[in-house]
Amino acid sequence: MSLSTHPRAEPAQPTESAEPPRHRTPIALLRNTWRGLTSMRTALVLLFLLALAALPGALLPQRSLNPAKIEQYRLQHPSLAPLLERLGFFEVFASPWFAAIYLLLFISLIGCLGPRTLDYARACRAAPVVTPRNLSRMPHYASGTVDASPGEVLADVWRRLRGWRVAVSPEPDGGHAVSAERGYLREAGNLTFHLALVGLLIAFAVGKLFGYEGQVIVLTDGNQFCNTGILGYDSFQAGTLVDGTSLSPFCVKVDTFDADYLPSGQPADYRAGIGYQVGADLANGPNGPWRPYQLKVNAPLRIVGDRVYLLGHGYAPVFTVTFPDGEVRTATTQWRPADPNTLLSEGATKIDRPGLADEAQRRRNQLAITGLLAPTSSGGTLITSVFPALLRPEVAVDILRGDLGLDDGRGQSIFEVDQRQIASGALTRVARKNLRPGEQLRLDDGTTVRFDRVTQWVSLQISHDPAQQWVLVFAVAVLAGLATSLTIKRRRFWVRLRPADGAGRTAMEIGGLARTDQAGYGEEFFRLRADLLRERKTGGGA
Amino acid sequence: MPNVTFVNETLAAYSDYAFRTAVVIYLVAMVLHLGEYARDRVSSVAVPVAVGAPAPISQPAGDTGRAKRSRAERFGRTAVALTILGAGLHVGSLALRGAAVLRWPWGNMYEFCSAICLVAVLGWLFVLRRTPAMRRVGAFVLLPVVVLLFLAGTVLYAQAAPVMPALRSYWLAIHVTAASISGGLLLVAGVSSALFLVRVRAPRDATDGFVALLPTRDTLDRVAYRLTVIAFPIWTFAIMTGAIWAEAAWGRFWGWDPKETVAFVAWVVYGGYLHARATAGWRNGGAAWVNVVGFAVMLFNLFFVNLVTAGLHSYAGVS
Ligand code: HEM
Repeated sequence: MSLSTHPRAEPAQPTESAEPPRHRTPIALLRNTWRGLTSMRTALVLLFLLALAALPGALLPQRSLNPAKIEQYRLQHPSLAPLLERLGFFEVFASPWFAAIYLLLFISLIGCLGPRTLDYARACRAAPVVTPRNLSRMPHYASGTVDASPGEVLADVWRRLRGWRVAVSPEPDGGHAVSAERGYLREAGNLTFHLALVGLLIAFAVGKLFGYEGQVIVLTDGNQFCNTGILGYDSFQAGTLVDGTSLSPFCVKVDTFDADYLPSGQPADYRAGIGYQVGADLANGPNGPWRPYQLKVNAPLRIVGDRVYLLGHGYAPVFTVTFPDGEVRTATTQWRPADPNTLLSEGATKIDRPGLADEAQRRRNQLAITGLLAPTSSGGTLITSVFPALLRPEVAVDILRGDLGLDDGRGQSIFEVDQRQIASGALTRVARKNLRPGEQLRLDDGTTVRFDRVTQWVSLQISHDPAQQWVLVFAVAVLAGLATSLTIKRRRFWVRLRPADGAGRTAMEIGGLARTDQAGYGEEFFRLRADLLRERKTGGGA
Repeated sequence: MPNVTFVNETLAAYSDYAFRTAVVIYLVAMVLHLGEYARDRVSSVAVPVAVGAPAPISQPAGDTGRAKRSRAERFGRTAVALTILGAGLHVGSLALRGAAVLRWPWGNMYEFCSAICLVAVLGWLFVLRRTPAMRRVGAFVLLPVVVLLFLAGTVLYAQAAPVMPALRSYWLAIHVTAASISGGLLLVAGVSSALFLVRVRAPRDATDGFVALLPTRDTLDRVAYRLTVIAFPIWTFAIMTGAIWAEAAWGRFWGWDPKETVAFVAWVVYGGYLHARATAGWRNGGAAWVNVVGFAVMLFNLFFVNLVTAGLHSYAGVS
């Protein structure tokens, strides 16, 4: 595979037809397979297959991007989806067939590059090819007679061909043949491009095997997250070779979060004021000094090989519940945005009744505060949010009392109460009200629920990819190689000089051949022709 | 609120006027280019008649032929002059929008389409300077440009406004500029390859019909190839800077997001084009088909991926 004419690709037909059609030995079979695989045509076909195979990755829902969409697709195409599932179409880039194509492509590439690198090394040391006997057959040709002795003309040719690799050989008729070639860097660029692609793929794969990515929600006002183990994360995706026991140690403390919005409600800027501890700082513990950082969307925090990103944010209402016996509980739970434009949020703040020794009684008296939170409330009885910033917060809540079902071993969402508990009557609604900050409501048993204020949370992503610098290095090499190989042209130029009749005159023939693309060589050839022939030309012509 | 939210409505309005005027001017230029065809067609029919007429080769017929050709010539020259004027207004429209919102004027699909078309027109004028024989292709370059601009100005239109937080980065200037430059150049290359395919279908010595008036196969092929050779590294650069930006904005440099995937597919197809053109047996059409497919993939990426699939690149600003 190459961007220039592959030297072995062109004469393929005649040699192949000359060979016996049947593969007699396994060695021959292997050799033929290898040849077929490393031919330009195969590489081309594999390249197109790769493009084709990647397309479903953009057209069908992908597990790694959005698993919920797969479920939706399944509902819409009940008969097709299972088949696609089995064939790996929902995980195109992890599927064996996709891997097979790019591995074959890279084998083909390596098989092609090895010999080409050797050829190139040889060509770099070899003299330019000898001057063809009949120059007029070349794509570019001109001849003429100039008023100068062959020696002078030869010196002139030498001077003009600075930068070319030049070989001069005497001819039997007393003249000289000059053979010149330049543009060797093209092939170097081309080899760099292809080798760097292989490097890029390897670095990419290493990153996938040893990298990890985890997401976690942290409340502002000084809450912390420490990267000590997988359990600290809300969700975690890791490469095959990551066991989670040796994550890079660091802690992050989130102090503030600020957002700017346009009057239309479109967000304009997000900033989280955080502190972090790494290395020796960690020994000081949570009260030790924290290094400050302003985390923004395009400005992740980079520490000890990990990156911390600000992915999203939301609100967490703070409720204080005062029980009839005087016990007080304050709870801050993150609620999730239900509408991304106005940040109308929903959630469930769950509270255990303190001071009850009897397990069954304790369970009958759990509380859940569920409903909606509008950062900028529309007011009225049915509230909604009209703006994403915290301008006029209000909540519309239901208070549920009973058994939340937290102890039955099934995990439950922190954003919802278990609907089965309501259906079974174990959990019942005891109040419903809209509250502004500072307002409270009283339940039938004398418990008060006060809506204190709203704080915020941020969702952070921690990413680790040990090979990504290498991906960058290879990407730069890919680009540099590509630019070199596409701008430099490999071309040849020949001159044949003969003493002409009449003293001090020289008959001259010049020929040119662009070895890669003809485009653009014409101009250079015409310039050389003008320089060498026309200046002192007295006769003849192109 | 901080000054990032500032929009100068007056400049934005002037930008819109300049945009609409440019589209109308391109449209007129396109029609004139077509007129050049109609005229030329008459003259190319007229000439064989004159040649077939008995000797002496009729002076009058030759004259009318030349007169008509020169009228075609006038159409063509006016079309080019108008294209230059349109491009001037087009530059003005983008510059005014940039000044109105104080950021690079390609932050949503309207602006981005406009930038791609501007590059296509400028690239086209550059081609014309180096290869005057390409002038007859003008109508076919301006057609997609006018259609794209029309869609941009209607369906995709977005009010001048600041961009969302993820787009607040100097990578917007680098990544999107590279994407629009390569997209614009590849549009012209795609048109050239498509006409090459039309041309190879017709017999080489066709003297009649519009095919005969197209530039030669070699010219079309060379223009397509040269533009692709310039655009391909820029496209590579656009993808790579996109990846660098994604590393900062989305937490990973590559995640097979639909836009990334289709950009990769287009990259592979154009790589395939360059290989195909260097492979014996692919030069007579095969390679040109690949180039046309490549541009189809680019368009798909621009429209389908931005508007239909919901990926991270959904900043299209179209509601
Ligand atoms: C690996 C990562 C990325 C790739 C491969 C990529 C690819 C592309 C491509 C191909 C285009 C041209 C659009 C077209 O033809 O439709 C484009 C445009 C654009 N990209 Fe990216 N991109 C990447 C990352 C990013 C990131 C991180 C951002 C911003 C956070 C971004 C923002 C944009 C914008 C604003 C446009 C132009 C307008 C639009 O299509 O809406 N890109 N990108």
